[in-house]
Amino acid sequence: MVRKSRLHLALGLAAGIAVMALAPPAQADGMPDVKILVSNCFNCHGTDGISAGVIDSLDELSAKRMAKALKEFKSGDKASTIMGRIAKGYSDAEIDAIAGYLAAVNGN
Amino acid sequence: MFEQSRRNFLATAGAVSALSLAGCAGTAGGSRVVVVGGGFGGATAAKYVKWFDPSVDVTLIEPKAAYTTCPFSNAFLGGVVKFETITHTYAGLAKHGVTVMQDMVTNVDPAKKMVMTAGGKSVPYDKLIMSPGIDFRFDTIEGYDAAAAEIVPHAWKAGPQTQMLRKQLEAMDDGGLVIIAPPPNPFRCPPGPYERACMIAHYLKANKPKSKVLILDAKDKFSKQGLFEEGWNLYYKGLIEWVPAAKDGTVKGVNAQTRTAITEFEEHKADVLNVIPAQRANLIAAKVGLTDKSGWCPVHLNTFESKLIPDVHVIGDAAIASGMPKSGNAANTQAKVCAKVVVDILAGKQPGIPKTTNTCYSLITPDHGISVTAVYELGEKSYGGVKGSGGLTPKDAGREFWKQESRNARGWYANISEDIWG
Ligand SMILES: Cc1cc2nc3c(=O)[nH]c(=O)nc-3n(C[C@H](O)[C@H](O)[C@H](O)COP(=O)(O)OP(=O)(O)OC[C@H]3O[C@@H](n4cnc5c(N)ncnc54)[C@H](O)[C@@H]3O)c2cc1C
Repeated sequence: MVRKSRLHLALGLAAGIAVMALAPPAQADGMPDVKILVSNCFNCHGTDGISAGVIDSLDELSAKRMAKALKEFKSGDKASTIMGRIAKGYSDAEIDAIAGYLAAVNGN
Repeated sequence: MFEQSRRNFLATAGAVSALSLAGCAGTAGGSRVVVVGGGFGGATAAKYVKWFDPSVDVTLIEPKAAYTTCPFSNAFLGGVVKFETITHTYAGLAKHGVTVMQDMVTNVDPAKKMVMTAGGKSVPYDKLIMSPGIDFRFDTIEGYDAAAAEIVPHAWKAGPQTQMLRKQLEAMDDGGLVIIAPPPNPFRCPPGPYERACMIAHYLKANKPKSKVLILDAKDKFSKQGLFEEGWNLYYKGLIEWVPAAKDGTVKGVNAQTRTAITEFEEHKADVLNVIPAQRANLIAAKVGLTDKSGWCPVHLNTFESKLIPDVHVIGDAAIASGMPKSGNAANTQAKVCAKVVVDILAGKQPGIPKTTNTCYSLITPDHGISVTAVYELGEKSYGGVKGSGGLTPKDAGREFWKQESRNARGWYANISEDIWG
């Protein structure tokens, strides 16, 4: 149900209502392109963050929630089997860029 | 249906932002990218050139109609997953606008920028991405050549070889001896042979409990060793035995007819023999002129462009991606970096900074998974893990942790397959 309502939003955007709002966050100096960073999430979480298996999908999260979760995995405040080990590989700026980009393209 | 329409939307959004960001640089629109090999690296590259820029013309050349993955092929040997589950067609890539040619590349003409195929086609490219995988060094173990591999499988390229090994395990009597002979470094999937030992032992324990798995190794240590040994102690005591090179483990000769593995001082007669020989880049890479003395392909690590032939990029197992293992997941993330580099260069833009990852799960039992992971940045001479990140499943992690990792291993497989061929 939740997904369905987003379909309409997505189609609305695709029709050109607010395409500029989708522009990804600017790339900070010395940082990989944000599209490279997010594509690295997709091998475990599915293309565009849409998961086919037991691993969480990423396409439902707001930028704020995703960034918060990643930073908590990174600090160890949030327990995990593997995300802590991975999140430690990204700077806070990279985490903000990843979260912002994924949320923007998914209309969250 | 819905997911599909959303994906199309994402592709459109991607195109719009790519165009609007291009600024004074041109676009890659109408450029021709040819990808050789539809495995982990190649199929990802083909899909992701389109993901980064749908206006680029992408052709994937692959001889097989369907690709069987090595990942989870050990689970197939253990009777844990079906063969169909690990086999994927190229229909998904066609849906993303990739032209899939079922053909075998026979050579490349770098001067004319043309790929030649066994089917007699000449395919022009502006950028060529090669991910042809590996071939075996059949000259390193006496008596083990391509003909011997028809009786004594390596099962290190998944497909009929994997099915042959499974049939031999099924036909073996209880009390039989299975020998696995892992190769020297560097080779595809460093933890693979030891996961294979676990999955075969899992099958034997339930079905032929008097049998044994003997690993005759050409090395003295191996990937995730502590975690594998922890698992062997827990579940497979007396069932799995590992003999390192220092204790005469290196197999130097094979008698395929009698299934005998010959080391310096001993002859081990097996009921099922699995020899995994030393490896090199797929022979097509050597033929094209992409390999150095080592048999692998040297590349510029920031772009994966060959150091030997311009405008030809090499990714995956065939490439010398210093610092990264030869794994399907590494091939997948290298392909994404390479696809972006290619799209950027074709649009007249400077390629950006690479960043890759690798997550490699292994199953000790169907309910006990372990992992190693890394987030890589490019250092001066090689890729290296970001300080403080990555690493192994902790020791003594406990049943709940192992169970979760086994679930994640399946989740990883489902999603990476979809990310590549879906
Ligand atoms: C038992 C086992 C278990 C494994 N488990 C894991 C795992 O859990 N996780 C993981 O990340 N990795 C795993 N791997 C490693 C993984 O399979 C490889 O690293 C990965 O396949 C490398 O991808 P690639 O694109 O370089 O080569 P491949 O996937 O081998 O693809 C090469 C493709 O090129 C095609 N090709 C070859 N020659 C030509 C030609 N002349 N013209 C056109 N096409 C050609 C081939 O048909 C093939 O489809 C495992 C490997 C093994 C053997």
